[in-house]
Amino acid sequence: MSTPEYPSNMPLGADQHRLRALGRNHRLDLAFQGTTFVFAMLVLVTLFAIIASLAVAGYSTFATFGFDFFTLNRWSANQEIFGALPAIYGTLVSSAIAILIAAPISIGIAVFLTEKCPSKLRQPLATTVELLAGVPSIIYGMWGVQVLAPFLQRYFPSVLPAGTGLFTAGLILAIMIIPFITSVTRDVLMTVPKATRESAYGVGATTWEVTRSILLPSVKGGVVGAIILGLGRALGETMAVTFVIGNNLFFAPTLFGQGTSIAALIANQFPEADGAQRSALLALGLVLFLITLLVLTAARLMLRKMDRAHG
Amino acid sequence: MFKRLLTAAAVGSLMCASAGAMAQSINGAGATFPYPVYSKWADAYQNETDIGLNYQAIGSGGGIQQISARTVTFGASDAPLKPEELKKNTLVQWPQITGGVVPVVHVEGVDKGGLKLDGKTLADIYQGKIKKWNDKAIAQLNEGVDLPSTNITPVYRAEGSGTNFLFTHYLAQVSDEFKTNIGEGKSVAWPSGVGAKANAGVASQVGQINGAIGYVEYAYAVENDLNVVSMKNKAGKFVTPNIESFKAAAGNADWKDAEGMYLVLTNQPGEGSWPIVGASFILMHTDVKDAEAAKRALAFFDWAYENGDDAATELNYVPIPSNVAELVREQVWSQIKADGKAVWDK
Repeated sequence: MSTPEYPSNMPLGADQHRLRALGRNHRLDLAFQGTTFVFAMLVLVTLFAIIASLAVAGYSTFATFGFDFFTLNRWSANQEIFGALPAIYGTLVSSAIAILIAAPISIGIAVFLTEKCPSKLRQPLATTVELLAGVPSIIYGMWGVQVLAPFLQRYFPSVLPAGTGLFTAGLILAIMIIPFITSVTRDVLMTVPKATRESAYGVGATTWEVTRSILLPSVKGGVVGAIILGLGRALGETMAVTFVIGNNLFFAPTLFGQGTSIAALIANQFPEADGAQRSALLALGLVLFLITLLVLTAARLMLRKMDRAHG
Repeated sequence: MFKRLLTAAAVGSLMCASAGAMAQSINGAGATFPYPVYSKWADAYQNETDIGLNYQAIGSGGGIQQISARTVTFGASDAPLKPEELKKNTLVQWPQITGGVVPVVHVEGVDKGGLKLDGKTLADIYQGKIKKWNDKAIAQLNEGVDLPSTNITPVYRAEGSGTNFLFTHYLAQVSDEFKTNIGEGKSVAWPSGVGAKANAGVASQVGQINGAIGYVEYAYAVENDLNVVSMKNKAGKFVTPNIESFKAAAGNADWKDAEGMYLVLTNQPGEGSWPIVGASFILMHTDVKDAEAAKRALAFFDWAYENGDDAATELNYVPIPSNVAELVREQVWSQIKADGKAVWDK
C-alpha cells in the first residue's frame, strides 16, 4: 500500500482524518473489487460445472461408442445405437441456412435504417424489428408448423413435399435471428463518425459506394460479431426448430429433407429417457456446447485477425 | 390430447397449490397417456372423500425414476417393466386403464373408414418400402377401392411416448424385418417420413399432407374426426377401431399367467380384437416406508376400479374388467407390505 498523497497546504490536524478516510475508501474499493470479482468468477465456475457434469454424465456413452458416436448414421434409442451424426449435421445445416438468409437481409435493414430511412419511419421500423426478437420461440414454432410449412408445401410441393424439414427450420431460424443481427449492425453503423460519411458524399460518392467502401469496411468487426451472435442463437434454438425440422433420426445428406438438430433431439427424448439413452443425450448436450464454443472462439480469432489487418 | 393436457396441467397446478392446505393427498408421477382419466377420477374421488391426487404427468420414464427414488407413492408407465426389473427395484405393477392406438390416413379419393391394412403392410409403409398408395400390397387388401398413385408420407411421434411403444411393439410382432431393423420402444429411429410432436402434431400433419398416414390415440381420432384405418387382426378378420374392439382385445388378455403382470395387449387373439391396444400401469414398492400413504393410494385405485368405468368410457378409454381388478387386489396388492405386514386389507 503506497502512502496516500495529499495537498501540502492542508491543515496539519486534518492529516489523520484524511488518512483514515483514504484508508476507508481503499478498503471499500477492495471490497467492491472483490465482490465484482466473485460475481465474474461465478460465471466461470457455473460454466465449468456444467461442462464437467455433462462430461461425467455422458462419459459412459463416450466410453462405449468412442469415435463412433460421431459417425454412426442413426439415433436409435430402443436399439441403443447412438450416432450423433444426423443431429450434428442438422444443427450445422439449419444454422448455415439461417445465416445465409439472415445476414444479407439484416445488413440491408441496418443500412437502410441508418442511411436512407426517412426519420419519421426510422424509430417505428427499428422497434418493429426489435419486437421480432421478443416473440417467444414457441410462437415461431407454432406459426412454422401451422402456417409456414403448409404454405411451403402448397407452393413448392416438389421440393418440400411435407412442408417441414431442414430448410424450413433454417427459414424459421433466419426470421428469429434477423432482429439480433440487425440491431447490433445498426448500432455499430451509428458509430461511424458523421464527418467520414459526409466527406465521402462530398467527393461525390453514391450511397452504394459509401456503404460498400466506407461504412461496412470500417465496422467489419462489429458486423461479424453480430452475425456470430445470431449464429450462436441459431445453433442452440430448440422449441421452434423441434416443431418444423421433421425429427428424422436417420442421417441423410439433404438440404430440403427431414432431419433433426441436437437441441430438438434432446428436447424430444429427454423426458422419457433413462439409463444409456439419458447418458447419450447428455453427451450430445456436451457436443452442442463444444460446437457453440468452437464457433465463438473461431469468431474471436477472426475478429482479432481483422483488427490486426485493419490497423 | 394437447388440449386435454393443458386443462389437465391447469388442474394439476391448482391441485399442487392446494396440496399444502390439504391434510391428505396421494402423490404420484408418470405417464401422460392416462393423465386425463386419472385427473377425472381424482376430481370425483376428492368430492367424495376429500382426499386429493397430486399427479405429475412427466412421462413414463420419469415416473419410473421417481418411484425408484421413492419421491412419490406411486409411479405410472405406459410400458410395463420386465419381471426382473421389478425385482431389482422391489416394485410391483398392475394395469389401471386400457386404451387403443389407431392408424389414420389422409388420401384424397379414399373415403372415411374406407381403407384396410394388415400389420405387414403397415410395417412396410413405415419402413419406407411401400412408397405409393396404389402399391400392389395395399391394392390387394382393398379390392374395389380406387387407390390414387399419391406418394405415402408416414407421420410418426417425434418424442418418446407410450403411443410409440404400443405401435412399434405391434409392428415388431407382425414383421420380423421391422423387429430387426427398427425394433420396439418409446423412441425409435424411423427410416422415412415426418416426425411431429404429440398426438396433436401427428393429427395436424396428417391433415395437411395428402398421402399421409399417422397413428394417434383413439380418443384423439374421435375428437378430430380423422379417417381411421381398419386393421386385419391376428384371427385374420378386419376390425374397425372402437371401444368394443378394444374391449375384445383386453378381454382376451391372459393376466393370470403374466409374470409380474408383464403384458402388452397388442396383436391379441379373438375375432373382434383390435390389434393395437395397451394398458397403462401403476408401479408401487413392495416394501413401503409410509404405510398410510400407500394405503391411501391403494384405496383410490380400488375406488377407480369400482366406480371409474363410466368416466373412462366417456374419455374413450377401456376400463379394466372386474375379474382382472380382483386378480390385482389378490395377487399384486397383497405383496405391498410395510414392516412385513400387508398394507391392503379388504
